[in-house]
Amino acid sequence: MKKKKNLGQICLHIVFILITVMYVLPLLMVISVSFTDETTLIQSGYRLIPKVFSTAAYELALRNPMKIIRAYGVTIFFTLAATLLSTVVMAMLAYPMSRPNFIWKKQLNFFVYFTMLFSGGMVPTYILLTSVLHLDDKILVYILPGLVSAYNVMIIRTNYQSIPDELIEAAKIDGAKELYICFKIVVPLAKPGIASVAFLFLVTKWNDWMTSMLYIRDPDLYSLQYLLQRLIREVEYLKQATEMGSYVGDAVVPTETLRFAMAIIAAGPVLVAFPFFQKYFTKGMTLGGVKG
Amino acid sequence: MKGIRRRGKSSKKAVRESISMGMLAVPGIVLLLIFNYAPMFGIVIAFKNYKPLKGIWGSAWNGLDNFKFFFSSADAVRTIRNTILYNFSWMILGTITAVTLALMFYSLKNAKALKLYNTVILFPRFLSAVVVAFLAEVFLHSRYGLLNQMLEALGKGRTDWYTQIGVWPLILTIVYIWGHVGVTSVIYYSSLMSLDEGLLEAARLDGANKIKQIWHVMLPHLLPIIIIQNILSIGKLFTGDFGLFYQVPKNTGVLYPVTDIINTYTYRALQAGDLARGAAIGLFQSAAGFLTVVLANAVVKKISPENCLF
Repeated sequence: MKKKKNLGQICLHIVFILITVMYVLPLLMVISVSFTDETTLIQSGYRLIPKVFSTAAYELALRNPMKIIRAYGVTIFFTLAATLLSTVVMAMLAYPMSRPNFIWKKQLNFFVYFTMLFSGGMVPTYILLTSVLHLDDKILVYILPGLVSAYNVMIIRTNYQSIPDELIEAAKIDGAKELYICFKIVVPLAKPGIASVAFLFLVTKWNDWMTSMLYIRDPDLYSLQYLLQRLIREVEYLKQATEMGSYVGDAVVPTETLRFAMAIIAAGPVLVAFPFFQKYFTKGMTLGGVKG
Repeated sequence: MKGIRRRGKSSKKAVRESISMGMLAVPGIVLLLIFNYAPMFGIVIAFKNYKPLKGIWGSAWNGLDNFKFFFSSADAVRTIRNTILYNFSWMILGTITAVTLALMFYSLKNAKALKLYNTVILFPRFLSAVVVAFLAEVFLHSRYGLLNQMLEALGKGRTDWYTQIGVWPLILTIVYIWGHVGVTSVIYYSSLMSLDEGLLEAARLDGANKIKQIWHVMLPHLLPIIIIQNILSIGKLFTGDFGLFYQVPKNTGVLYPVTDIINTYTYRALQAGDLARGAAIGLFQSAAGFLTVVLANAVVKKISPENCLF
């Protein structure tokens, strides 16, 4: 035990512990409520520690698991496919942008950078994806739009720029092709940067609910987060109906706790995975200060 | 392809090399052309009486009618005001809280604790707006929520938070800072990590106290990255965080006076099938955002050229 501890450090820790509570408490509440017996919840409201423990909400949620399993499948598929494609395309696009002897370097950089400054907006994109490309109600709508993000390309380019020129020139003298240089020399050296960009992209895709809201009508193609949103709202309506008295049953249907169980089922995997990936994550963000 | 520029003797070789390098960029260029540039041309419908059946080119031009329709409505004032006020105040508040946190992280001596606090403050970045809205509901639910439980414990009546207009600017601000401060504070913190400790030592030897060290050494060190982060935010001054404003207030109509922003309004125009009006608003958003970022960059360029964005 240290006897002398700086007072300042102790104060800092106290502040940080308070902050930690602010961040963790809502989450713990959701977990706890999802395991609470519905009747006690109705009596005493959301509690940090369940008065009466119950898994009824999960049983109800998983009684008909097909919807959830499908949404998981769809989300995992488009998240992985989009992340993979996006990473490959951006790693290639950033390569000429970083090479000093690429004679259209300036133009290409501007071409990419401009998409960060100006966009057509939600409606023209909507018209393009629906009336022109007919991507609505297709899984490709999750994958193709937004595959190339200018910001991420700039980050990868900045990473490439720190690779010594001699390395690339030497490979060229050995007769290596550009594609080979890009994927066998440049990409491996910029791996940490690319990995963190890819990881951030993956998280964004996993959390996508807006694409479903705008473009998907087929419930079999809902993304996980959108399904969650719909289920939460549906349960709300169901509950209002119950309160109106139109639903009469003997047992208490765990509608309120059901919403919480759904939220855990949808958000759980990412939260469990998060601490393990934090290293990459932090790195990706701190590459943020890029210049055009 | 593109025009060939002659550059001395090796120009032919340079061009050949550039073409084979440029080939790698082709998939990216094609995707950007389709999904980013094509919609930019789609904004012509902002000047048309767009009818989906007639298509973009078949629909009749109607000049500035769509803009007039939007800008003469009370919605325009409301949504533009909300969008700018929230974004602007959050830019300032966000920077202050993030810098404060970064300085606190920097002062922590226990590496393990530091990592733990970092993890905790970053996790909202992993949650979708749907889940964030749900976490907010834990506090705000009219029957079971924590706030109302506390009010009842204090002997006061419950409040239906989802109909109280007055509290929503505060609620949205708290949720925004809660969700975003982690990322920015870690960015600032890692910039502080590259600070030369010798500078701090020298300041200490000169008798500078903690506050003076922060003011004269740490903040100037952070300034470039603060500026770059904020020029980007200025470009988004007219673009609100759709997820936050749509999900957290649960798209409640009563709250629109303080929760409706340009993006949520555009979405409703889109839903109502009023595509031309939506496009007009979008064009206004993009153009205004573009101008502000170019302007902000020009100002920064003038004051401290090394900190500008482009």
